[in-house]
Amino acid sequence: MDSILSVKDLNLWYGDHQALRSINVEIPANEITALIGPSGCGKSTFLKTLNRMNDLVPGVRITGEVNFQKRNIYDPAVDVTGLRRRIGMVFQKANPFPMSIYDNVAYGPRTYGVRSRAKLDEIVEKSLQAAAIWEEVKDRLKASALGLSGGQQQRLCIARALAVEPEVLLMDESTSALDPISTSKIEDLAVELKSKYTVVMVTHNMQQAARVSDKTAFFLLGEMVEFGGTEQMFSAPTDKRTEDYITGRFG
Amino acid sequence: MEYGSLEDMAAPSPERAAAAAVAPRRKLMKLGGQKPLEVVMHGLFLLCGVLAVGFVLVISVYLIVSGVPAIRQIGLWNFLAGEVWEPTATTRDPSFGILPFILTSVYGTAGAILIGVPVGLFTALFLAKVAPPRVAKVIRGAVELLAGIPSVVYGLVGMIVLVPAIQKTFQLSSGACLLAAIVVLAVMILPSIVNVSETAINAVPKEYEEASLALGATKMETIFRVTLPASRSGVAAAVVLGVGRAIGEAMAIVMVAGNVSNMPSLLTGVRFLTTAITSGMSYAAVGSLYQQALFSIGLVLFLFIMLINALLNRFIKRKKEG
Repeated sequence: MDSILSVKDLNLWYGDHQALRSINVEIPANEITALIGPSGCGKSTFLKTLNRMNDLVPGVRITGEVNFQKRNIYDPAVDVTGLRRRIGMVFQKANPFPMSIYDNVAYGPRTYGVRSRAKLDEIVEKSLQAAAIWEEVKDRLKASALGLSGGQQQRLCIARALAVEPEVLLMDESTSALDPISTSKIEDLAVELKSKYTVVMVTHNMQQAARVSDKTAFFLLGEMVEFGGTEQMFSAPTDKRTEDYITGRFG
Repeated sequence: MEYGSLEDMAAPSPERAAAAAVAPRRKLMKLGGQKPLEVVMHGLFLLCGVLAVGFVLVISVYLIVSGVPAIRQIGLWNFLAGEVWEPTATTRDPSFGILPFILTSVYGTAGAILIGVPVGLFTALFLAKVAPPRVAKVIRGAVELLAGIPSVVYGLVGMIVLVPAIQKTFQLSSGACLLAAIVVLAVMILPSIVNVSETAINAVPKEYEEASLALGATKMETIFRVTLPASRSGVAAAVVLGVGRAIGEAMAIVMVAGNVSNMPSLLTGVRFLTTAITSGMSYAAVGSLYQQALFSIGLVLFLFIMLINALLNRFIKRKKEG
């Protein structure tokens, strides 16, 4: 099987604090990879290295390689904005822009130059449908996105990310602030999306990882302790620390 | 009343309620000893508050009482729409039209905003989003200093530097004109615009910018398409504040505007509402229609500024709601 993201000996420091230690992993295409581990273990940090959002943190230092389709994204010649178009991100807290629902979804395409009204209409509808929110908002596309519920806002953010047609979708604890019904909608959505996209999700919720992911990576204190098929990891973990964590002995 | 609220605060905890049976008596007595001072301070604060309201009331009433008679005598239309201001004409009837002053104030303020707002806004964006912290510190210090310079100094510098420069550039007999006043005003309103806009820009949640960057927008696209629209009510407040400062300024512009009661054009000497009052006051005989008309100008200016304040309040309120 082909891996879309291949990470080699990745280290990351915030100032003097080393947050990631020698991470090596191959993330397969068109599957859902879950990153689990206790708070502060580096899983969110790792996720943000995949689309270089860590570049925004002052004092960050990164060594090693993250190869996206065989090309190291930390190569100085890489166009970071172009990279972020291909690797989209959904954040922990739903963060729609204070604009209309339509303008939120159209933001990305407009940024890279789509001007045609018909083309934008089409992208907006397609993206909202892909994010399973079209039926709920189709009659009020001009209404402010801030008037939506938390779960709807998060699906809108997914639609906004899909509108730029990324190849990979990073989800950073994207359901942690949502009620169970909204959470299950987004989980179903993630499963649907994997036919077209590669999904990497950070989650605190181990049931969620077990339910939706194909591969799971367990992080502890900046190290990736174990990586493998989700079923295998949850039934027969090879590392003692993984077993302790998923059986709830710490974390 | 104070005692009641103290007991209320102690009430929720049972331990404290039990202790309250014994200890507070002493405490109350101690508080009782402070009571006269409490009352005096309470009264003092109230007095200060009332004083501020009182000043506003007295000024408003005074302006209306002293401003209305002249308008009645001249006629509202003749006063506001009259193009000729000749209060001391002797060969013909004196004329009291203040349209030139109104238009000058409006044009002058608009011009200052047209220059000051873009410059101020871009400075604020630079400080908040682009400048390295050390550079930002230096610029912020300079802007604060600019805010502290007395307006008469602006006038002086304008008179010595700006007026001769305009005279040379445009080959005029005198460089004191509306343009000079606009430039001076633009610089004067810069600090308020920079400060208020920067605060508004910094208040935009970081999440919006992160979302934009994660969608592959560049930093500049993010600033112009997300940050700036999200801070627009704050920026609008900055503009209104600038308008308020510009329209009320007298000292700096009386020195550079030429002070002639022409209908305004960019390169001729002009008189603002404010400078019409300051320069007329020393010539008008006490109790004359001339002096009363100056009060009426004051009333017009006052109404302008009230209007601007009302606008400002609306923007600030909307910002809190949004």
